[in-house]
Amino acid sequence: MATREVFSSTASNPLGRPRGLWSALHLDPILLVLLVALVSGGLFVLYSGADRNLDVVKAQGVRFGIAFVVMLVFAQLDPSVFRRWAPWLYIVGLVGLVAVLFVGVGAKGAQRWLALPGLPRFQPSELMKLVVPMMAAWYLSRHFLPPKLSRIGVGLAIVLLPMVLIVKQPDLGTSLLVGMAGLFVVFFAGMSWKLISAFLVMVSVAAPLMWFFGMREYQKQRVLTLLDPQSDPLGAGWNIIQSKTAIGSGGVDGKGWLQGTQSHLEFLPESHTDFIVAVLAEEFGFIGVLILLSVYFLIILRCLFISVTAQDSFSRLVAGALTMTFFIYVFVNVGMVSGLLPVVGVPLPLISYGGTSTVTLMAAFGILMSIHTHRRMITA
Amino acid sequence: MPWGEFKDTAAERRLFQRRATVALVFVFLLLAGLVARMYQLQVVEHDIYSTLSDRNRVQVQSVPPPRGLVYDRNQVLLAENRPVFSVTLVPERVGDVDATLQQLVSVLDVSDEDLERFQRRLREPRRPFQEIPLRYDLTEDEIARLAVLRHELPGVEVEAELVRYYPHSELTAHALGFVGRINREELQRIDSVNYAGTNYIGKSGVERFYEELLHGKVGYQHVETNARGRTLRVLDRENPVPGEDLQLHLDLRLQNRAHELLDGRRGAIVAIEPATGGILALASVPGFDANKFVTGISVPDYRELSDSKDKPLFNRALRGQYPPGSTLKPMLAIAALDSGAVTRDHSVWDPGYYQINSTGRRWRDWKRGGHGWVDLTHAMAQSCDVYFYEAAVEMGVDTMVSYLSRFGFGEDATLDVSGALSGLLPSPDWKRATRNEPWYPGDTVNLGIGQGFMLSTPLQLATATALIANRGEWVEPRLLKDIQGDRSRDDFLPDETHEPLKLKDPGNWEYIADAMAEVMHGVKGTARRVGRGASYRMAGKTGTAQVFSLAEDEEYDAEEVRERLRDHALFVGFAPLKNPQIAVAVIVENGGGGSSTAAPVARELFDAWLLEFSAVADGPSISKADPTIEAP
Repeated sequence: MATREVFSSTASNPLGRPRGLWSALHLDPILLVLLVALVSGGLFVLYSGADRNLDVVKAQGVRFGIAFVVMLVFAQLDPSVFRRWAPWLYIVGLVGLVAVLFVGVGAKGAQRWLALPGLPRFQPSELMKLVVPMMAAWYLSRHFLPPKLSRIGVGLAIVLLPMVLIVKQPDLGTSLLVGMAGLFVVFFAGMSWKLISAFLVMVSVAAPLMWFFGMREYQKQRVLTLLDPQSDPLGAGWNIIQSKTAIGSGGVDGKGWLQGTQSHLEFLPESHTDFIVAVLAEEFGFIGVLILLSVYFLIILRCLFISVTAQDSFSRLVAGALTMTFFIYVFVNVGMVSGLLPVVGVPLPLISYGGTSTVTLMAAFGILMSIHTHRRMITA
Repeated sequence: MPWGEFKDTAAERRLFQRRATVALVFVFLLLAGLVARMYQLQVVEHDIYSTLSDRNRVQVQSVPPPRGLVYDRNQVLLAENRPVFSVTLVPERVGDVDATLQQLVSVLDVSDEDLERFQRRLREPRRPFQEIPLRYDLTEDEIARLAVLRHELPGVEVEAELVRYYPHSELTAHALGFVGRINREELQRIDSVNYAGTNYIGKSGVERFYEELLHGKVGYQHVETNARGRTLRVLDRENPVPGEDLQLHLDLRLQNRAHELLDGRRGAIVAIEPATGGILALASVPGFDANKFVTGISVPDYRELSDSKDKPLFNRALRGQYPPGSTLKPMLAIAALDSGAVTRDHSVWDPGYYQINSTGRRWRDWKRGGHGWVDLTHAMAQSCDVYFYEAAVEMGVDTMVSYLSRFGFGEDATLDVSGALSGLLPSPDWKRATRNEPWYPGDTVNLGIGQGFMLSTPLQLATATALIANRGEWVEPRLLKDIQGDRSRDDFLPDETHEPLKLKDPGNWEYIADAMAEVMHGVKGTARRVGRGASYRMAGKTGTAQVFSLAEDEEYDAEEVRERLRDHALFVGFAPLKNPQIAVAVIVENGGGGSSTAAPVARELFDAWLLEFSAVADGPSISKADPTIEAP
């Protein structure tokens, strides 16, 4: 089978399984090198995007340090630990999400944070990005795959419940990312194409209903702005027009590091957070964008390889879903900044300034490394 | 159910591999989509966005030229530019606009108009981080108060702009004119390129006439700005050409003296240097503070000025049209002599009245019993009306009008005095055209003593007097003495158009000048009391103009009516008699007799100019003489 060749041919070659020290640390050197390359390159872009503010770069460096430790810790755990913890973590997550609705703290009309005494502040919704795919994988992998229709229904319910709670905060962006993570589990589990088609049809029917009943005014505005940024060039359309201008003016080889006028003259909003890819595109041009997307593609490729070579269904489903969630981050962020998608608050993974998503993402890579490096000696 | 016991792991693995392959293709396609999008933006449409980016970043700013300064003949500064401060808000940086406004209102004097304008501008579309002005013309006190509060008021800025300032505004408002904000009408007239960045334009007087010279030429700079509109660096710059500094013939000391002499009354004084035509003083009293008009006068202030019965905004010197009365007699005497209507030794019997024919109407002389036998010199000295009635009839209206027009009556004969009116030189044609009435012989009689329809401005009277002082040599009155730059004054001062008035007997000039000296120094001269004790000889003519009517809508109390019905007092003259240095016209509204009210004013001016100032006149150290007047 051709597809089998793609993934299994490397199963026994030196690239496949970490040896020696790497194995002892439970790290995958290939994935690690790619991540380090991405993060360190990203810090240079961040320095420019934050308008040469070294404090921002230092703060982000500290976060990466913490995130790497988290990754390292997660990598040491056996995949079965995640499997056993999945239901309990899911329950904790749900309780957290409900608690956020009542006692959460936050800004700009959204309650996302939970400040428990004695614990650092954290976002239950961020936790759910990892736990929902784990829970769905736990449930579906208990039975034969592909799952029966009823089990798919339960799987979808597992995904939908936290989604609804997160939308209530309101945080549509995170809710969709959590949902995507869960749905990819169902997809990888082998939901039939017929059902997938039916599901897609349902979603496309539900979308207009969402427009009229589910979306808030500012969210509608963002969609309208995407379709015609010039309708409000100084208001909602400003971000899109300015980011497209930044990207387009970069040309093939860019204006040079720290030479981006759009970002350094403050025309580009959120230049060190959500819109940082526009800084990269302006200063390093199309070539820079190609390199960035290539690194992301290589990371995804490596992660899919890890997924395919995982030893049990739970690991495969979790690894595959986390990989695809990572990709969705990249796609939504770059699509949004380049004016293909409406503006939703999704950072560019491992490059945008910000702590929470960085830690979550690195934890996900820790899980992937754990899956890759904890091999049971089975002789099947 | 335990994991892995009854499960077909190989089948599940294959299923996952198939799905992973699909996912990989999905990832690849979407990433390719992103690459295609980036290719479209960065390669295909690069030029569009490059232009947009430059347009964002590079702003063309006009650099307004500093307006030229205006000095008097002694280099005393009459018009300068002063930084004026206004307070602006950047709503994006302010945060709570209402709270900030409230705080500003508590420390500044902000009117409802200011707030209304601010709120209107706030609602209009604008660039992000563009500032909105709240109030102009802050006092130093207010700037200081704002500076103290600065840290509490983010987004509140104090900005400076150069604005015209007249240090001696009350004295010079009518002579200099003033600048004001460019209005809609002017906006259509001016060169919008050259005025980009300029907010003010000459509205009247010198400021208006020499607008082109004073304004200069706009400069440009390309600047890099950030999204807040803050200029970060200048990319390239073409400097503006500053407006030229002008020197006027005006002498602030004489102007000041003229105002002092008319203080508390209404009237006008025009003083001309006969040799140059330079206007030494152009006073219209009461004056007003032109500085109020520069940044925009408040409604109550304007109402106070425009409603005042003394009409301070009315420029009497240029636009006040009065019957010249007897001050016209020297010019008429020239006409009568040169036309041959009278001779030097022609005498007339004045019984106190004049009749064209023995049964007709009697025109009274101002002296009830008459002057008896008078020749031209006596007629001038005593201002005998009957002599001039007769001379007028002898000349006929056409001859009179022809001579009077040579003196500049009925036209604006000035070179650069903006807004001067031409008075009224009546003629049979004019009367038929405007009143549809024939010219009666009586009209000719009235014109003979400067009454009737004839109207002239103080500036016209001074001009005609200067012509006599010059013995017929025309030198048109002008304000501009020199341009203090590379440009030639002659390129901007209009050409002189008047031919010299040549008499058949040029000696008649001297004869009439002597007759005017009789007015001042003769035994029976009407202004003999004024001429007494002078160390120089002067020439003059008194006059009285009847106030015929009040406007119907004007209401006065009885006392005022009596005062305002009094005749206007007039005087024209020059001094010294030989080689005159100064020619003046004085009018004091409702001043009564010209000899008692207007002539003493002229004497004071003569004394000031010839004795008091002459020692240092035109000297470079002049400004030190008056420490209150600041030297440039």
